[in-house]
Amino acid sequence: MTKIYGLMAEFENPNDLVEATRRAREAGFTKLDAYSPYPIEALAEALDIHDRKLPAVVLGGGILGGVLGYALCYWTSVIAYPLNVGGKPLNSVPAFIVPTFETTILFAAFAAVFGMLALNGLPMPYHPVFNAPRFALASRDRFFLCIESKDPKFDHDETWAFLTKLGPRVVMDVEE
Amino acid sequence: MSTAEPPHSEQKPATGAILAPGYTFTTLTDKLASIALSRRTPKSWFFGAAVGFVLTMVLLATITHLVFKGVGIFGVNVPVGWGFDILNFVWWIGIGHAGTLISAILLLLRQPWRNSINRFAEAMTIFAVSCAGLYPLLHTGRPWLDYWLVPYPNTMGMWPNFRSPLIWDVFAVTTYATVSLLFWYVGMIPDLATLRDRAKALWAKMLYGMLAMGWRGSARHWHRYETASLLLAGLATPLVISVHTVVSFDFAAGIVPGWHATIFPPYFVAGAIYAGFAMVLTLAIPLRKIYGLEDFITMKHLDNMAKILLATSLIVAYGYAVEAFMAFYSGNVYERYMMWNRATGPYKHMYWALIFCNVLAPQMMWFRKLRHSIPALFVMAMIVNVGMWLERYVIIVVSLSRDFLPSSWGLYKGTVFDWSMFLGSIGLFIALLFLFIRLLPMISIFEMRVILPEAKVEAKEEQA
Amino acid sequence: MKFTVDSRRSTGVDIGAARTKLGELHGREYWRSLEELLETDDFREHLHREFRVPIDSGVDRRELLTLMGASIALAGLTGCTRQPTERIYPYVKPPEEIVPGEPLFYATAHLHEGYARGVLAKSYEGRPIKVDGNDLHPASLGGSDVFAQASILNMYDPDRSQTLTERGQIRPWSALLAAVKLTLEQERPRRGSGLRFLTTTVTSPTLQAQIAAVLAELPDAKWIAWEPTGRENVFAGTKLAFGQELQPVYAFDKADVVLSLEADFLGSGPSMPRHVRDFVSRRRAETMNRLYVVESTPTLTGARADHRRPLTPAAIESFAASVAAGVGVGGISAGAPADAFADAVAADLKSHAGASLVVAGETQPPAVHALAHAMNAALGNVGKTVRYVGSAADTPAAQTAALAELVGEMADGRVSTLVILGGNPAFNTPADLDFGKAMQKVGLRIRLGLYNDETSRLCHWNVAEAHALESWSDARAEDGTVTILQPLIAPLFSGKTAHELLAAFSAEPEKSAHDIVRDQWRGKLPGDFEAAWQKSLHDGLVDGSAFPSRPVAVRSFPLDPRASTLDPSLTLLFRPDPTIWDGSYANNGWLQELAKPMTKLTWDNAALMAPATAEKLGVTTEDVVELSFAGRRVEAPVWVMPGQAEGCVTIHFGYGRTRGGRVADGTGFNAYALRESRTLWAAPGVEIRKTLRRYPLATTQHQHSMEGRAPVRAVTAAAYLENPGVVAHMGEPPPGPHDTMYPQLPRGSYAWGMAIDLSTCVGCNACVIACQSENNIPIVGKEQVQRGRAMQWIRIDRYYKGSLDAPETFHQPVTCMHCENAPCEVVCPVNATVHSAEGLNQMVYNRCVGTRYCSNNCPYKVRRFNFFLYSDFTTEIKKMVNNPEVTVRSRGVMEKCSYCVQRINRARYAAEKENRPIKDGEIVTACEQACPARAITFGNVDDPESRVSRAKAEKRGYGLLVELGTRPRTSYLASLSNPSPALAPAEEPEKHKA
Repeated sequence: MTKIYGLMAEFENPNDLVEATRRAREAGFTKLDAYSPYPIEALAEALDIHDRKLPAVVLGGGILGGVLGYALCYWTSVIAYPLNVGGKPLNSVPAFIVPTFETTILFAAFAAVFGMLALNGLPMPYHPVFNAPRFALASRDRFFLCIESKDPKFDHDETWAFLTKLGPRVVMDVEE
Repeated sequence: MSTAEPPHSEQKPATGAILAPGYTFTTLTDKLASIALSRRTPKSWFFGAAVGFVLTMVLLATITHLVFKGVGIFGVNVPVGWGFDILNFVWWIGIGHAGTLISAILLLLRQPWRNSINRFAEAMTIFAVSCAGLYPLLHTGRPWLDYWLVPYPNTMGMWPNFRSPLIWDVFAVTTYATVSLLFWYVGMIPDLATLRDRAKALWAKMLYGMLAMGWRGSARHWHRYETASLLLAGLATPLVISVHTVVSFDFAAGIVPGWHATIFPPYFVAGAIYAGFAMVLTLAIPLRKIYGLEDFITMKHLDNMAKILLATSLIVAYGYAVEAFMAFYSGNVYERYMMWNRATGPYKHMYWALIFCNVLAPQMMWFRKLRHSIPALFVMAMIVNVGMWLERYVIIVVSLSRDFLPSSWGLYKGTVFDWSMFLGSIGLFIALLFLFIRLLPMISIFEMRVILPEAKVEAKEEQA
Repeated sequence: MKFTVDSRRSTGVDIGAARTKLGELHGREYWRSLEELLETDDFREHLHREFRVPIDSGVDRRELLTLMGASIALAGLTGCTRQPTERIYPYVKPPEEIVPGEPLFYATAHLHEGYARGVLAKSYEGRPIKVDGNDLHPASLGGSDVFAQASILNMYDPDRSQTLTERGQIRPWSALLAAVKLTLEQERPRRGSGLRFLTTTVTSPTLQAQIAAVLAELPDAKWIAWEPTGRENVFAGTKLAFGQELQPVYAFDKADVVLSLEADFLGSGPSMPRHVRDFVSRRRAETMNRLYVVESTPTLTGARADHRRPLTPAAIESFAASVAAGVGVGGISAGAPADAFADAVAADLKSHAGASLVVAGETQPPAVHALAHAMNAALGNVGKTVRYVGSAADTPAAQTAALAELVGEMADGRVSTLVILGGNPAFNTPADLDFGKAMQKVGLRIRLGLYNDETSRLCHWNVAEAHALESWSDARAEDGTVTILQPLIAPLFSGKTAHELLAAFSAEPEKSAHDIVRDQWRGKLPGDFEAAWQKSLHDGLVDGSAFPSRPVAVRSFPLDPRASTLDPSLTLLFRPDPTIWDGSYANNGWLQELAKPMTKLTWDNAALMAPATAEKLGVTTEDVVELSFAGRRVEAPVWVMPGQAEGCVTIHFGYGRTRGGRVADGTGFNAYALRESRTLWAAPGVEIRKTLRRYPLATTQHQHSMEGRAPVRAVTAAAYLENPGVVAHMGEPPPGPHDTMYPQLPRGSYAWGMAIDLSTCVGCNACVIACQSENNIPIVGKEQVQRGRAMQWIRIDRYYKGSLDAPETFHQPVTCMHCENAPCEVVCPVNATVHSAEGLNQMVYNRCVGTRYCSNNCPYKVRRFNFFLYSDFTTEIKKMVNNPEVTVRSRGVMEKCSYCVQRINRARYAAEKENRPIKDGEIVTACEQACPARAITFGNVDDPESRVSRAKAEKRGYGLLVELGTRPRTSYLASLSNPSPALAPAEEPEKHKA
């Protein structure tokens, strides 16, 4: 028999999923994840996800961008190739603010997008959950709860029984 | 399980509703996804795409001629060194503001009605910005050297002049284009996943699959995804304001009477929003008809946009008023003459047409009746598109044509190539837009799911 | 110095052979390398490789043609190797005085209306590239005019006549000599009665002597001279007044009051630079002279007048009479109508007796000239402000009569041989004579000419003429001073001089121009001939060759009956064109594109008429009207000309060429077609019919009023002396030195700046052409000018003030101000225009990408943009006129005045070599050098003793648009005027707020 990634229960609507997730957490499962066709705040709480990394990454990106931006203006106009341009001082602060601002935004935005993707481990061409026969519906109208076999409390038959108790539409194996 | 046929709006959406009743996750997903996937292409699409294609060819022909002959094929001269080129650049950039604005600012303001228009508004932004980008690139005397505007280490040891508003433009516009693109793409990832899962054809599965990057709707992902969207929105908002501010610096930082005004940044930004929403309306009205999207882009949306048009038109009008007032209040002979020349000089018809289009005509949006008449709205949007073009004409050409020394005054007239380039860029815009409609979800599916009644979760929850 | 001989193949090139070969070559035959010259086998092989032409293998005609086609196409490619085609003679043994890259200056003369004006021609490696005035020459004093400046371009004109032809067939010089010999044999028996020489005005002693010699041998031969702008009225005038044909020589510097009877002495004429310099030397507030001008059509002289009256020709005569009566000229007091203005003028002249001057223009009838002379005599000016000398041109003064006689003889077939030296009689002789038709009755027509023009077409023999800069010759100035013309370059197109052609009629037909001229002067020069000859060539004039003054006594003369009668209706006035003169410069692009000083028109002439006249006719600028006079018709576009005398329509002749060359043809209309021998300058009774067509004209200035701004500040001398501060208060004050938050950036050891004196500038355009010549500025053509793309780095703005019918006119040269806080620099995205420590606003062509932002942000609009590829990179000969020290700009880059940075640097090198600072006046910009008025001064503004600093220190100094905080380095000196107190209240509108 092929290795099992976990067990997956399919629900009709968000409420059942949220409820099921809470119950699973209360039952002491830790390695589990929920899948929904749109973001559900309640799920995050149910799984109590407290990830504050991304904002920090974005802040860092912004600061880096700002510093580099001004450094570029300053170094080129004051150190590398100083020129008298219209009698303006070499270090024309007000003028340099504009590029600085733009680079700040640019780097922060990059940080936000690539940070998010990185933290989410995307792109990820293959993931076991896709082996679940009906999982395609997770991007349409169905809600899934998956308890992974990595979970210490995981035992195929018990977990199966537990999930069926949550009143899903179906419960299925997710092959590795 | 078989896909249930979407309930074709027997019951029209109640006015005020931002989505017709009777939709479920299933029907909504299927209907929106089918536009890109299964639904056979409507004739009108081929027509529109053809128009876009032909005009794009006109654009390419013009560019070829330009590169071989020189920028002299346009009407520019001394004193009027900028004509249609920068004019259309500003016009397009202005149009390109609505998208990010709608997705970012309205997201921060938690305006759920935005969910059905933000996607193609963002697309519109990106295409408009690409059209805009063409002009500064091609208006130079030696376009093949444009890369000198980019700071890169080179054997000449030369660097751009960071005091020049044109360099600010380079930074602002490229940043804006990049961020808009990211924003647009990130926003599409979940929908691409949907398309991936719904697609029948192998090539479609592969294409959308690659683009979706393996998105699987995990709660953890959703969480970070939402944070990222909010942060991006937070970044895009000052950015979108800054872009047209910087564009306005091209003029405000100059000394030409009619350019050198502190009112420019705010009034350019307002103008941009104004122009942007006008263009969104111009596109939304035909689209919802062709693709039967009345259920998603409801009267409520059109009504809201009309209100925004009205509001921004008032701001713009205030801008004109201040310009005129300052011109006379300043007591500066050049400023005063500038204003006088706009109203009574050789280009007076332009100026008064502009006042009609941007100040008088929009006042009809005060009337609910007109706000709810599709044709009226469409005409209105068109008038504004023209009006904003005229505004830039008046600011750029008319100001330059008569500056300080009477001896060097001169007139400007667009040549046939100025026009062919303008039409060409419109063609490019149309072409890109039609490709987008055909291949990508033009309405954000997952964000629409959020506003479905059944998406409500009893536990205290917010909508994103 | 880079002299490209391909080293791979240069081995075994026999220099000696090359030199002998070169000996055989003449001008035109370019060659790119010694191999080509010697046609060595390597070279043939090279050709073979290059063009794939089977040199020896028999090719059938068809194939050969295709190959030739290919080779022509490929010729462009080989051009890419940039071989120095402009260097005609290789310095196998370099002449020691020529240092590559170092210019040499040669004194020679520029001929205008046949009279000499001394010039210095600048030459690089034997290639003349610039012409400027000769300080030593009395008619120049270092100044020049547009024609002298632009003459260099004519020399390199690819449309010049390039070969000697007989009926279109190319012939050797010997063939012509044979033909002439034959003619002489036929003529000798009948004492040359069938032989006629037609020249332009000739002041060359050598040529005069040569012709005299021929006439001595053939007494019945005749010599006729025709100059379309001839001054027979001048000579007729002196004959009338003094009984002898004399040339008046004026001393404007000694005149406190000047009355000009339509004499445009500041605008044209051989001695124009001299007149300008003398006149403006008295335009300083303390010693200010006063100028009254009456004229029918606005001229530069009128523009500088303190009192100007537009009058019809007839009115000018009666006015002259009234003034004459006023100053006490006997015999005419009766009949002169009373005129307050005339009385005031007379009174003013009288009160300055001995220090006043009355000048009559060539366009005036002899009577007016006579009156002028009589007045000068009566006022005791003769010998003080005016003296009279013999005529330098010893041809019959009555050119028109002589010409008419010639035409008569030709028509009757009494002329068997006509020799035309220069000129263009078939085009520029009076229409009623119909010269072209008559000359076709002549059996043998020989023509020496610069171009294959309207006249050449009707001649059997056409001899390519050598340009003045290619010729040995000599000529006199108005005061008789002789200049010996020396060639700076061997004739480019193996052209011949008039001397060589006349030699053909003499005993020694093969004699070279050099020997002819030398022999002419041998024995006539003071002291040792060699030394004197060398000195004459070096100085550009022959010492003591000026004519002595002749004593004069006024005789009583009858007044022209016309004086009392008024013109019946519209009068048509004929004037030479301000920029292409009588048409001889029609193929000169610089002059065609030069904005005419009063109208600012380019590339066209027009029918100038007063606003009132235009109203009456119901026409306006650019409407096409049909002018008909004595049955002849011409269509012309209208130009409404403020300050034109009502009832007068001025048309400039010189345009409407049909065989003038690629530049000339198709521009303007031919005014000669209406010009009759009876009415050379003014034709009363012209009819004007309005057509429904319009003709677009290309002007460089569309706005003619100052719009209540103060670009030009003008003040009366009195007001200025009384309160010098008045000028400063005519415009916004500049921000103070401390009104800035910015630190002062490091200054160099010099701070270059310029001052332009609007009081002395007469608006003659010389600086514009000088700049064009110095800085390789391209021409763009009429269509581009219409689109506002003219390229000249200096423009001369012309503003009107006051009434439309008799406005005041102001001229203001505007060029790059080199602002210390330059708005253009800040906005350039690529640092293509930046500031030098010495204050130059530098334009870096190869860094420019062409956003045109700088031009938009320049408040003076002095930047010029290459919208297309304007410079000619392909025509070999056109490249030769370029100044090697200045980059030739390509398409898509901005350009503008550089303060002649190449001249600054040249001075810097010189100074650094001698380890000394640059001296004041060591750097002279092209515009400054050309200016006959010395209105432009350039120098170091940090040195309080420099000329420019002293000029700027004057109270009437002001900057243009200083209120913008640009701190321009170029500044202006307000224009001063000196209206007569007697007329001021009536005539002068308050000048203080210009």
